[in-house]
Amino acid sequence: MKHLLTWSSITVLVFFSVLGDIVLSRAMKQVGDVHELWDRAGLWSVVRRMLGNANFVIGIVAMTGGFFAMLFALSWADVSLVAPAAASLTFLGNAVAAKIFLKEKVDRRRWIAAALVAAGVALIAG
Amino acid sequence: MTLRKYLVLAGVAVFGAVGDSMLAHGMKQVGRISIHHLQDVVLAVLNPWVAGGILLLLAFFGAYMSALSWADLTYVLPATSMGYVVLALMARFVLNEHISQMRWTGIILISAGVGFVAGGPLVTTHSHDKPEEFEELEPEEEPEEVGAGEVKR
Repeated sequence: MKHLLTWSSITVLVFFSVLGDIVLSRAMKQVGDVHELWDRAGLWSVVRRMLGNANFVIGIVAMTGGFFAMLFALSWADVSLVAPAAASLTFLGNAVAAKIFLKEKVDRRRWIAAALVAAGVALIAG
Repeated sequence: MTLRKYLVLAGVAVFGAVGDSMLAHGMKQVGRISIHHLQDVVLAVLNPWVAGGILLLLAFFGAYMSALSWADLTYVLPATSMGYVVLALMARFVLNEHISQMRWTGIILISAGVGFVAGGPLVTTHSHDKPEEFEELEPEEEPEEVGAGEVKR
């Protein structure tokens, strides 16, 4: 039961993290290069454009969901399991989701990078 | 790739890693929060480590959003994972903690991953979201920009 709850909450956490990263990435591409926009129209305009973007709001909601899933996971398992498992699964999930939903060209170079970082994070935090 | 962009990526890595560990350190001082006293979680903000951690995580979020506005997600994430390495090196050389062989292996793997992605392009998506959305948003923004332009006049 403990294992089931731990891994279900890690799965929910990874789902929300990947969803959050993907929609926030899409939102910021729609907002446009923040540096340029800031120089051109000021900080207030950047903030207004971000808050007015539906994807940005969905991203924040997803991140909040992820935060609570993490708190739940932490109440069932040690941080030394939850943190590395969630971080490395999120890395791999993001690579797959970015390719499918953001149409990023995840070439061999980026797959290798995602796999190396995911393995590295699991080792370093474990 | 400008110096400003390198600084933003470094900011994502450092603010995130240091913010997280300040938060963790602060929460250890605060102690466990009982389910019957959930309001204590708000008081935790009064701990200077927690407060500092939150400020750094806000800075992290700003830098992260900025990076995502000009680079792919699959570029930003590996590139900023250097933060984990910075944390481990800080633990070793500032706090004089022992770093196991497994963690050194992790550091090497992450650094190799960063090297792989850093040599590639920042953005690989072309004109998918941008142009349409820009055209939709631009007219709305124009009056605002005239207002902002007053300073220049």
